[in-house]
Amino acid sequence: MGRITLTNIDRAYGKMKILHDINLDVGDGEMLVLVGPSGCGKSTLLRLIAGLDRPTGGRIEIDGADVTDVSAAQRGLAMVFQSYALYPHMSVRQNLAFGLENVRMPKTEIDARIAEAARMLEIAPYLDRRPGQLSGGQKQRVAIGRAVVRNPTAFLLDEPLSNLDAELRISTRAELAALHKRLATTMIYVTHDQVEAMTLADRIVVMRSGRIEQVGRPLDLYNAPANLFVAGFIGAPRMNLLPVKVRSANGSQVHVEGPGGLSAVVSADGTALKPEDDATLGIRPHDIELSDGGKGAVSAKVTLAEALGPETVIHATIAGDNKLVAVLKRQDVEAQDAPISLTLPWERMHLFDAAGLRVASR
Amino acid sequence: MSGVMTFLTRRRGGRFWHWTDIVSWLWLAGGLVIMFGPAVWLVGSSFKTPAQLAEFPPTILPYVSQQATVEGHDKPLTLYSVKLPDGSTKVLAELRRIGIVAQMVDPKAPDDIVKVNIANREPVREIGFATENYTEPFVHFEFLRYLRNSVFVTAMATLITLLTNSMAAFALSKYRFRGRDLTMLLIVGTLMVPLSVILVPLYSVVSAAGLLDSLWGVILPTVATPTGVFLLRQYMLTIPDELLDAARMDNASEWQIYWRIVLPLAAPALAVLAIFSVVWRWNDFLWPLVVLSRKELYTLQVGLNTYAGQLNVQWHFILAMTVVTMIPVVLVFVFLQRYITSGIAGTGLK
Repeated sequence: MGRITLTNIDRAYGKMKILHDINLDVGDGEMLVLVGPSGCGKSTLLRLIAGLDRPTGGRIEIDGADVTDVSAAQRGLAMVFQSYALYPHMSVRQNLAFGLENVRMPKTEIDARIAEAARMLEIAPYLDRRPGQLSGGQKQRVAIGRAVVRNPTAFLLDEPLSNLDAELRISTRAELAALHKRLATTMIYVTHDQVEAMTLADRIVVMRSGRIEQVGRPLDLYNAPANLFVAGFIGAPRMNLLPVKVRSANGSQVHVEGPGGLSAVVSADGTALKPEDDATLGIRPHDIELSDGGKGAVSAKVTLAEALGPETVIHATIAGDNKLVAVLKRQDVEAQDAPISLTLPWERMHLFDAAGLRVASR
Repeated sequence: MSGVMTFLTRRRGGRFWHWTDIVSWLWLAGGLVIMFGPAVWLVGSSFKTPAQLAEFPPTILPYVSQQATVEGHDKPLTLYSVKLPDGSTKVLAELRRIGIVAQMVDPKAPDDIVKVNIANREPVREIGFATENYTEPFVHFEFLRYLRNSVFVTAMATLITLLTNSMAAFALSKYRFRGRDLTMLLIVGTLMVPLSVILVPLYSVVSAAGLLDSLWGVILPTVATPTGVFLLRQYMLTIPDELLDAARMDNASEWQIYWRIVLPLAAPALAVLAIFSVVWRWNDFLWPLVVLSRKELYTLQVGLNTYAGQLNVQWHFILAMTVVTMIPVVLVFVFLQRYITSGIAGTGLK
């Protein structure tokens, strides 16, 4: 079992509050990804769960038992650190055995567990090497192996892939997903990379400045971001956000107008928006299409076109200084002086009120 | 040989000697003489007889007069190179000396006695070692006992120094607590207090603790060194905290973290401190002299002092035993100099 419940968690260093009233429930066997920009408190939260740090307020429960004041060792969790934190003076085998020796596990049991982990993570050939003699990817496996042999209630992973090169990161990401599937153990995974979050997570927790902005399944976050921050954070390239003015609102539909002749009617149930209110319209780059004018089309000037092959990323401006990024599934677009016409489909628009909260749903 | 020449004439490059080549060559050669000259002279002189030590001008190498057994004489006679009136030189053996005239014989013709003015003869000398300078103190003096005392003091003091200083450094580098920086400041501040200032109060403390005239009285007051704490703390600060966190997650107790993670990782700094401690404790003179009054407890350095009496200084023994006391320190430097240089470079200490 590995159910972790956080209730009203606060953490402050002196007068500086790092975490504000965090409430989170992590289900057994779930892969929960904490994501956010650096300094948002996600690593601090992980350290609180690990027991390496104590909250200034709130409760942490593991499987219903209050562990707020229990030491890290007693919580039965295992952690993979960003720097791997392998003991450099011990061989890989000793690294794996260290935690087990500390709980006075019989030697035969230790050997069996190491053999099993080594087979699973394919680190058997390096068992007698020192961490210094391993490549980054191998160190990464050993670090995971050190967590696996512990047979923990839950895994805590602190940006485990950030020290790997791009190619290795993708393959290791897939292996982590496979490992999670096989072990079916709760994992809490911290990253600042939203792609990692999207690909690995059962649920994503988006954090900013010590607060949880939104919790949900990856596609829910992508399709219905709760606020401007989540909208900008999830998805790459990031969502285009355009300032608009409300022209009319009738409770289920809002008519907005924006720069470059942008005019759209977005469905919004029970909105409190009134005419002349400021709002922000969001549209994902992949949802924008090239058009030949017509309803909802805006005229844009392409400043840069990045041809990637299957698609072309264009950077454009509308009405002077409103930047727009679009990903078009064609190759024949080039930067040019003459404006082009882009269609922003109404049904794929996201509308946020002046406070940055979502008002429209698709 | 050609390798040595290549080494000695090594230049910075180019076809000719640059002036910096010459300056650095002279600088290094001068440094070599200044650093090694006294040591070579010491070792050479330690093999000289007392008479030769008093000689002027002094020599670097020890010499002894050549002797020969001549038929009809029981004792070996000293050989001299003699300038004969006819201008030739010959090696003769001296029988006896009367005033300024020496009676000499040719070892090949022992019956003809030749009278020679002592100004015309010069002893035939060869390099020879007065090894009794070394054997005498071991056989007739309690040098072995001093050696044992010194080894005991050095070994125990170094062990305790390493243990206590590393514990203090661990706490000061890896734990956050109120007054940590003040504590560190106080410890480093004691660097400014020389031994001579605290000699008398320290003596009272040791005396009150009943440690006078005991080797522990020499060991214990010296084990807590601010230099050691500072050196180890600076090194431990470079050990990432994530390692300690990883060990905590691995169910390690704080003692295990210290003993199994931090100590092994601080090995280079510990080696440096061990070297320093060995050299310090081995060369200690004043404090052991103050604490120890029973002769059988003397350490080497204090023991050496006994050869210097009020009226008579037995230089040959002092020199020889100085060489012996230097050997361990030299060995330490020869084998561990890698650590010493890295330690000095790493901590900025000397």
